[in-house]
Amino acid sequence: MVLSHAASTGSSDDSVHSTFASRYVRASLPRYRMPDNSIPKEAAYQIINDELMLDGNPRLNLASFVTTWMEPECNKLMMDSINKNYVDMDEYPVTTELQNRCVNMIAHLFNAPLGETETAVGVGTVGSSEAIMLAGLAFKRRWQNKMRAAGKPCDKPNIVTGANVQVCWEKFARYFEVELKEVKLTEGYYVMDPQKAVDMVDENTICVAAILGSTLNGEFEDVKTLNDLLVKKNEETGWDTPIHVDAASGGFIAPFLYPELEWDFRLPLVKSINVSGHKYGLVYAGVGWAIWRSKEDLPEELIFHINYLGADQPTFTLNFSKGSSQVIAQYYQLIRLGFEGYKNIMDNCQENAMVLKEGLERTGRFNIVSKDNGVPLVAFSLKDSSRHNEFEISEYLRRFGWIVPAYTMPPDAQHITVLRVVIREDFSRTFAERLVIDIEKVLHELDALPSRVAPSLLPNGDATAPNDKDMERQREVITLWRRAVAEKKKTSGVC
Amino acid sequence: MVLSHAASTRSSDDSVHSTFASRYVRASLPRYRMPDNSIPKEAAYQIINDELMLDGNPRLNLASFVTTWMEPECNKLTMDSINKNYVDMDEYPVTTELQNRCVNMIAHLFNAPLGETETAVGVGTVGSSEAIMLAGLAFKRRWQNKMRAAGKPCDKPNIVTGANVQVCWEKFARYFEVELKEVKLTEGYYVMDPQKAVDMVDENTICVAAILGSTLNGEFEDVKTLNDLLVKKNEETGWDTPIHVDAASGGFIAPFLYPELEWDFRLPLVKSINVSGHKYGLVYAGVGWAIWRSKEDLPEELIFHINYLGADQPTFTLNFSKGSSQVIAQYYQLIRLGFEGYKNIMDNCQANAMVLKEGLERTGRFNIVSKDNGVPLVAFSLKDSSRHNEFEISEYLRRFGWIVPAYTMPPDAQHVTVLRVVIREDFSRTFAERLVIDIEKVLHDLDALPSRGAPSLLPNGGDATAPNDKDLERQREVVTLWRRAVAEKKKTSGVC
Repeated sequence: MVLSHAASTGSSDDSVHSTFASRYVRASLPRYRMPDNSIPKEAAYQIINDELMLDGNPRLNLASFVTTWMEPECNKLMMDSINKNYVDMDEYPVTTELQNRCVNMIAHLFNAPLGETETAVGVGTVGSSEAIMLAGLAFKRRWQNKMRAAGKPCDKPNIVTGANVQVCWEKFARYFEVELKEVKLTEGYYVMDPQKAVDMVDENTICVAAILGSTLNGEFEDVKTLNDLLVKKNEETGWDTPIHVDAASGGFIAPFLYPELEWDFRLPLVKSINVSGHKYGLVYAGVGWAIWRSKEDLPEELIFHINYLGADQPTFTLNFSKGSSQVIAQYYQLIRLGFEGYKNIMDNCQENAMVLKEGLERTGRFNIVSKDNGVPLVAFSLKDSSRHNEFEISEYLRRFGWIVPAYTMPPDAQHITVLRVVIREDFSRTFAERLVIDIEKVLHELDALPSRVAPSLLPNGDATAPNDKDMERQREVITLWRRAVAEKKKTSGVC
Repeated sequence: MVLSHAASTRSSDDSVHSTFASRYVRASLPRYRMPDNSIPKEAAYQIINDELMLDGNPRLNLASFVTTWMEPECNKLTMDSINKNYVDMDEYPVTTELQNRCVNMIAHLFNAPLGETETAVGVGTVGSSEAIMLAGLAFKRRWQNKMRAAGKPCDKPNIVTGANVQVCWEKFARYFEVELKEVKLTEGYYVMDPQKAVDMVDENTICVAAILGSTLNGEFEDVKTLNDLLVKKNEETGWDTPIHVDAASGGFIAPFLYPELEWDFRLPLVKSINVSGHKYGLVYAGVGWAIWRSKEDLPEELIFHINYLGADQPTFTLNFSKGSSQVIAQYYQLIRLGFEGYKNIMDNCQANAMVLKEGLERTGRFNIVSKDNGVPLVAFSLKDSSRHNEFEISEYLRRFGWIVPAYTMPPDAQHVTVLRVVIREDFSRTFAERLVIDIEKVLHDLDALPSRGAPSLLPNGGDATAPNDKDLERQREVVTLWRRAVAEKKKTSGVC
């Protein structure tokens, strides 16, 4: 007699189950150790895809300057090249050539003093952070060589910047052992003051770094005035201190919106510039560009020479292996859009920024902290933040899907808090109008709520109108809290 | 009377033309300046796509360790997250969490001394170069702090490695002003000798760097012996010199193929390890991992603290904005494959490497320079390179589509030239067999050709008669000089 056994559920073929019926979505996801066993690829995809749905929506991330949309044709180019390791120059000579063309085009955009077919000195990087470190390294090495030749000590280099500087300058200073001398801000003046900067320059200053497009309020620093003041000081001192322009945002804005603005290699002391391809260069995260004025500004001993196709390919980067997609995408954008295309996009961004700004002004509740000229963004703070503050507005806006960050200014303006909306290519007029409507809704809701701090400070515990002493204490608490947040936010890399 | 004019071709609507009929493919591509005008997106796509067809085929690029194939599901995840800026931790908390999970998993894979739910100390980077610079920076800072506390000078730090070291160590040394003390190789011994390395250690040595998976021949250095010898020296000197293991390739091989091999945090002097996610971590180019043994090994002053979700997210990287795709892909691979999946893939790579090696041995023309144990690759050189050399074989193989590089060894073995084939996940047995067939074809073609060097050195000016001893000697000289010149250049060619 044959006994037949019913197949137990444990041994049934797993691939029969649809993904969501499978046991994989019942298991707790591994967090600390690799799992011992494999799982089907459909399950792996679904599990990760689903968890990632809880991330913010990149298109609604109004905190970031970094590009969040590209044309489908460009997406296809990127996907096709995703398995090309950029550094294999021998194997992918066309990709290498595309990087060289981008460097040439961007150098010309910045008015580098080049002959018609002379190749520019520059390199593609993973972002402005790497570009800034390379530029800083070049300045440090040049300065060291200069000091050694003069028989002077070169163990205490420093760099002069504004306190509004992006966190990667602080990283550069800390990792490459250069002292950071920051020009403090003041209320109402949120960028580096050229005169104060030049006053801070001493014999050990390797360069002065100006920002074209301050992270916090989008303002362009006055590089021309800085250059003129520094030229004069150099004549008096003979120190020959150069300038670096951190044009991470502004480098792909100023040439199109403000072509008369002199900020680039037209100014003789500007020796290197960095720009983020992934901001207004209109490419996804992962590409930046460092451009030097000329060969003299990049010490030869820092350059590694790679032999490819029998020709010399000089390279100067911190990263080695990396993807090729973003470099190819940058070239696509440069030839697809051309000068007129970039200009049209920047004009649109500027207009939409004005729509947003005027909508916010019409509510009557905000001060606009950003300038009209500069990076197209709107930074605004509450006229009256005694009952509710900008951080609460930021939180409440999240419910509508918007990600609008609130920041405190660096010293000495840390009592100022701003909300900041960055206008990218894909921030349409519709978005601007909707955002204003949603901000009004948030204000309406907050007005109806009691202030967060007041009740616990009132002696009788009732939500009655606080008196002067309580207001004073309230302001103290808020100030202390803001300072604590500022301490933490200091390194938050507002990008 | 109404005059009608024929529409001139210039004013006809450009969008009517199909891409290849359009005038855009007649125009010379811009190389130096941005064009003034826009062009249609289809034209831009086609032009660039077509030019890129002249690049090598990544799948046939046998020079590289870096992954060239992933499953379609992973490609989809990659594309979906391509517009997420990884550094926006506040906005993309799940992506940040995935990085943390990868760090934990890799730290456990390397036997970091952690409690069951203790979070590991580590970070995702763009590649092993960044990871190595971060690790080196940590060692430099620890050493400086130690020297300052002891009132000693700290202006001349150095690092001890083998001459077989990858170019990013030279970059680290040059950019961060650390002296590189290299242990020279010898013919037949192409990795760092542990004893010679320990002999080179002095008070200013910030660390000794060992490689698990030497770039040139895939060999694993003997980290255990290095550790034991260095422990003894530390006891004598009191210098407390640590070890870093550059496991760019080996970190995702040794745990699966050689689990008994002690090379990681099981050795007490190993304080940090780097591994490339984009090599045998099986992810596309753009992700690496740096793992530290414990909090003490990463000086607090180097770490920047970001506040996200009200919790502290410490970060220590050189790059800031970058894509999120590769980190997500790494997590996908870790949970999709699991330990058994990675082991199966490494077993296959190893088996295919043996197929290739045996095929090459059967031709009778090659010496195999690589070891069987180590990174699955086959490095081989000609038994007789007097008439034709490895560089020519490399060139001829390109005609078949294969990209197989030829390299000279670093000092003091620069007279040895090798061809190297890296066996990746997507290098099937079929490829191995075809490659052997094509190499035999190349050898056949080269055998029929006169040697490149001989004719011009013959006194009679052109007969391809057998060269005499003196000519052979001169020929060898020329070849040696040429190789040295190439080696000078290749020195920085970053054999990755």
